[in-house]
Amino acid sequence: MVKLEVDDLHKRYGAHEVLKGVSLKADAGDVISVIGSSGSGKSTLLRCINLLEQPNAGRIVLDGEELRLVPAKDGTLRAADRKQLQRIRSRLAMVFQHFNLWSHMTALENVIEVPVHVLGVPKKEAIERAEHYLAKVGVAHRKNAYPSHMSGGEQQRVAIARALAVEPEVMLFDEPTSALDPELVGEVLKVMRDLAQEGRTMIVVTHEMGFAREVSTHVMFLHQGLVEEEGNPREVLARPRSERLQQFLSGNLK
Amino acid sequence: MILDFSVIWENLPQFLHGVRVTLQLLLISLAVGFVWSVPLALMRVSGSPWLNLPAWFYTYVIRGTPMLVQLFLIYYGVAQFEAVRASLFWPWLSDATFCACLAFAINTSGYTAEIIAGCLKTTPPGEIEAARAAGMSRLQMYRRILLPSALRRALPQYSNEVVMMLHATSMASLVTLADITGVARTISAQYFLPFEAYLTAGAFYLVLTFLLLQLFKAAERRWLAHLRPQRR
Repeated sequence: MVKLEVDDLHKRYGAHEVLKGVSLKADAGDVISVIGSSGSGKSTLLRCINLLEQPNAGRIVLDGEELRLVPAKDGTLRAADRKQLQRIRSRLAMVFQHFNLWSHMTALENVIEVPVHVLGVPKKEAIERAEHYLAKVGVAHRKNAYPSHMSGGEQQRVAIARALAVEPEVMLFDEPTSALDPELVGEVLKVMRDLAQEGRTMIVVTHEMGFAREVSTHVMFLHQGLVEEEGNPREVLARPRSERLQQFLSGNLK
Repeated sequence: MILDFSVIWENLPQFLHGVRVTLQLLLISLAVGFVWSVPLALMRVSGSPWLNLPAWFYTYVIRGTPMLVQLFLIYYGVAQFEAVRASLFWPWLSDATFCACLAFAINTSGYTAEIIAGCLKTTPPGEIEAARAAGMSRLQMYRRILLPSALRRALPQYSNEVVMMLHATSMASLVTLADITGVARTISAQYFLPFEAYLTAGAFYLVLTFLLLQLFKAAERRWLAHLRPQRR
C-alpha cells in the first residue's frame, strides 16, 4: 500500500535550482534514507513534502489524497486549501535537526500539544498516550522538565515522542542526529531503529551511513538536485555504480 | 532645622486614601493598556503594511510625546470644543479620573505593545516551524505558541514598565486628583512642610515599588522557569 508519493518535485531559489525533478514512493513500513552531500537538496526535498518550503512544480500524495496546489505570483506552488494542508501536515510528523521543541512547555506538554489542540484528542487520553510514548523513547522520567533543562539526546527523543503522539502516517526526519554530541547520537538512532522495526513509514535525511545501510529499506543518493542512484541500501552502498556516490562514500567511511 | 512629622502622622488617613487612588489609577490603566497592547503588538509584527503602519504610527506618536502633554490634551485640550462638551461622552471626558486613566492606558499600551512585539519577533523560528509542520492554523500558532512564549519573555521588561507607570500616575495630581502626590501637594501647601510631605510620598512609592517587584519576581519564578539555568 502506497503511503506517500512525491512526483517530479522541482524547487528553485531565484536562478538556482535546488531540486530538478525528484520523485519518491513510500509503501507502508518503508524506511527511506536520503543521503547526499550538503547542498544536494535532501533537506529541501523533505521540507517540500509538508510545504515548509514551496516547490515550483510537483505532486504530493498522502494515502491516496493529493495535496491540492495552486501557483502563486512568485512561481511557487501554494496549498489551494489551507484546511487540507493543515490536515495533511498533522498526519506527517516531522523531527528536526535542532529538535524545535516549544521552549515554554514541559516535555509532557510538548507531546500532548498537537493531539489536544490540533487533533481534538481528550486531554486525559492525550496524557496517557504521551506518557506511553515518552516511556517508549526512554525519557518518561523527564516529563516535567523544560527543553532547556534536558540534554540534546533527551530533547530529540522528546521530539520523536511528540511526532509519535499524533500517530502519523509517515514520519519525516531531517538530519535528526546532526546537532547532537557524538556520544548522544546512539540513543537517538536506537529509538529510530526500534520505530523502523515496528513497521513505521519513515523518510530519513541523514549522514549516518550505518543507519542507512542497516535500518532502511531503500536508499536515495541525491546529487545537485537529482537522484543520482537509489535502491536496496545493501547493494547501493556496498557497490555504488556512480562515481559521485563512490566519492561521497569514500569521504564518509564508517 | 527640625523635621516635623506630627502633621504627617495626623494626616496619615489622607495618605492612605492617596495610596488607594494611586493603585486604582495604576490598575485600571495597566489592565486597559495591556488588553489594548496585545492586538497592537500583533499588528506590529504583521507583514501587511495595512496593519503594521497604523500600529507603528500609534506607538511612535505615543512614545514620542511626553505623557504629561497627552494627559493635558485629553483633560484640558479636548474640552475646548463645543461639540465634545455637547456630546454623549462629556460626563466621562469632564471627569478627571476617567481622563487620567484614559491617558495612562493609552500611554502604557504604546510601550507595552512594543515590548510584546519585540518578544514576538524573537520567538525562535524553529518553534514556529514545528507548529506549522504539526498542522496548526495561524490562530492556533499565535494562541498556543507565539503569545504564551512572548508574554512570558516580556515579563522582565514589563515589570519595568509597570514601575514606570506607578511613578507616572503622580501626574494625576496635576489634574486635581488626590493620589499620593496630590495628598502631598495639599499637605505641603496647607502646613508649609514641603520636605516632610514629599518625603512621605516618596516613601509610599518606594514601598509600592518594592511590593510590585516582589510580585513580578514570583511571576517570573512561575512563568519563566524554562529560561532559568538549572542546578543539577
